[in-house]
Amino acid sequence: MPRLPRHLRPEQLRELTLVLIIFVVVAFFATQIEGYLSARTFTRISTSVAVIAVVAVGQTLVVLTRNIDLSVGSIVGLVAYFVGTMLSNDPTIAAPVAVAVSIGIGAALGAVNGLLVAYGRVPAIVTTLGTLALYRVALVELSGARTVTTDALPAWLLDLPRATLISLGAIDVRPLVVLAVLIAICFQLGLRYLPYGRRLFAIGSNPEAAQVAGFPVERDVLGAFVLSGALAGLAGFMFLARFGNITVTAGQGLELQVVAAVVVGGVNIFGGVGSAIGALLGATLIDLLQQSLIRWLQVSEFLRDAVLGALILFAVASDKVILGRLRTIGVRARRRAQEVPVAPEEAGHGA
Amino acid sequence: MVRELERRTHGLERRLRSWEGFLLGILVVVVALNAVVAPGYLSLPNQINLFQLSVEKAIVVLAMAFVIVSGEIDLSVASVMGLAAVVLAWLTGQGVATELAIVVALLVGCLCGLFNGFWIAVIGLPSLAVTLAGLIGYRGLARLLIEDRSIGGFPQWFEDLGQRPLIGPFPLALIIFAIMLVGATVLLQSSGFGRYVYVLGNSVQVARFSGVRISRLRFGIFAMSGFVAALAGVLLAARLGAVRGSTAEGFELDIITMVLLGGVSIFGGRGTMPGVILSILLILNLRNGLGLANVTGNTQTGVVGVLLILSVLIPNLVGAARTRFAREQPAAVAGPGMTQLE
Repeated sequence: MPRLPRHLRPEQLRELTLVLIIFVVVAFFATQIEGYLSARTFTRISTSVAVIAVVAVGQTLVVLTRNIDLSVGSIVGLVAYFVGTMLSNDPTIAAPVAVAVSIGIGAALGAVNGLLVAYGRVPAIVTTLGTLALYRVALVELSGARTVTTDALPAWLLDLPRATLISLGAIDVRPLVVLAVLIAICFQLGLRYLPYGRRLFAIGSNPEAAQVAGFPVERDVLGAFVLSGALAGLAGFMFLARFGNITVTAGQGLELQVVAAVVVGGVNIFGGVGSAIGALLGATLIDLLQQSLIRWLQVSEFLRDAVLGALILFAVASDKVILGRLRTIGVRARRRAQEVPVAPEEAGHGA
Repeated sequence: MVRELERRTHGLERRLRSWEGFLLGILVVVVALNAVVAPGYLSLPNQINLFQLSVEKAIVVLAMAFVIVSGEIDLSVASVMGLAAVVLAWLTGQGVATELAIVVALLVGCLCGLFNGFWIAVIGLPSLAVTLAGLIGYRGLARLLIEDRSIGGFPQWFEDLGQRPLIGPFPLALIIFAIMLVGATVLLQSSGFGRYVYVLGNSVQVARFSGVRISRLRFGIFAMSGFVAALAGVLLAARLGAVRGSTAEGFELDIITMVLLGGVSIFGGRGTMPGVILSILLILNLRNGLGLANVTGNTQTGVVGVLLILSVLIPNLVGAARTRFAREQPAAVAGPGMTQLE
């Protein structure tokens, strides 16, 4: 009987539940909206999830270390605008250069956050609330209220979000979606198997213990912010490709959706628990709900923010109540297994 | 041991005093510069005008100080302000008497605060996550009610309350702020409630072992925060004369900045009301001065962002430098344990 909680960690249970909820939501809206289960719905929702998911994976790294990055929305906007202007002025710039510049700017902005948090010892919420305003101000000042428009952008960029990478029957998978999923998988593996990934968990679970254990806590936290910034920069590029028209308000409020995605995805806001796949699933659920609510005629489209708020509360509360209980059951089961003196190998196996 | 403790509290007190002294110094410089650049800056009408433009934020700052000193945060205040204003405007638009609508709007604010408080105090969820959900959710409710319209049409007496002086040259919002300022200072600095807030912010463990009713205290703090935010929202509606779904959006940045710049620690337990008041005065005068110097509102927001970061960074750097200095001195001053505690 205690086999199940021992082999299925609470986090994995959380991810499975999310997948289940996503299916239920899809099934519900399929009965409510005519022609909902179509390739077009998939394309529309998956493309819009992609941008949020990439930022959410970066946010996961930061939240794992018991920090938060509220400046990501402004980074996405700043990068989208800057790279958009660059490409409008010189359409001959190669695609890899544009992507590299996006990631580079994002990483630099993330490094500012990281330096302040890790070495300046300014709490993350203070730092990134400040840079949220600062980066947006920088964008408004630099732009002079001009906008980037689609007709000035090179054709390859505009074709990118509409291109089809793989066709599964009628469903076309867009390159941006593949990119987002690949990023989530890579970071999931990195978090699970790389020493750096394990250290992020250790720092978030107990910063003092991580320090005492001799981990380079400051450097690792800085790294998490740089990666978060870099992924936000990449998302800025994707944002530019997806929308084409970039105003100074681009990406405003995105940080709320991203934090919501991360929290719904089972990343503990107090650090130490979470996964990149969880963040991807959280982003998917949130965007699925938002996009579907707009098309559902029964309710006003203005309901979606209220729903999003309720969803965050529900996710955090279920984390606290249900997962907390499951975890104690799991710990108890493991302890019981270790107490049995006859089978030491099995106890080692379980732990 | 006792002496050491005494020395440490003395050091803390000195540091706090020096932070407030620091704020006062900057405030004097800013005001002096403004007065030189713009003649008549120090006149009473100009000062009242300057205050009136942000008085709603300043009112919420007073409640936010309690929240942050207790070791929590309330990101939802701006959305509660917006929701209260929207409820008021919507009810008035439906033909409800404005007096009654005001009461309902204040009640809605209280309910928002109690709702936050329930999840934080009873269920034990982190306030950051709960009030982030509130920030999104309450704004969503406001938008749901008003959609993308702008509702005005308040009775004349209500707009007069917001826009015209009530007693002498002072408008109602300013009088309310002054009364609340005195009340909040007394409540935080010299009442039992205030002591409990500090204890809770310093250590939840200590508070629990001292018999502080933690969840009731947290409940009270968040309910107060919701009520005060709603009051500020109603005053904002009166001053603006019209309400939209985005009313008061983004105010939380300014509000939290004012509290933290006032020397309140984001981790709770530290900071004083006089510091917060100085920081309100400083930010208002600074924004006004920047406006006089033709700096746009956008850049002013940037300056506030920089201030927010510096207000925490500078004490940290000073502290680190002091620690390094103490370490370089031979062990005469303090043992290694002391330097760690610093």
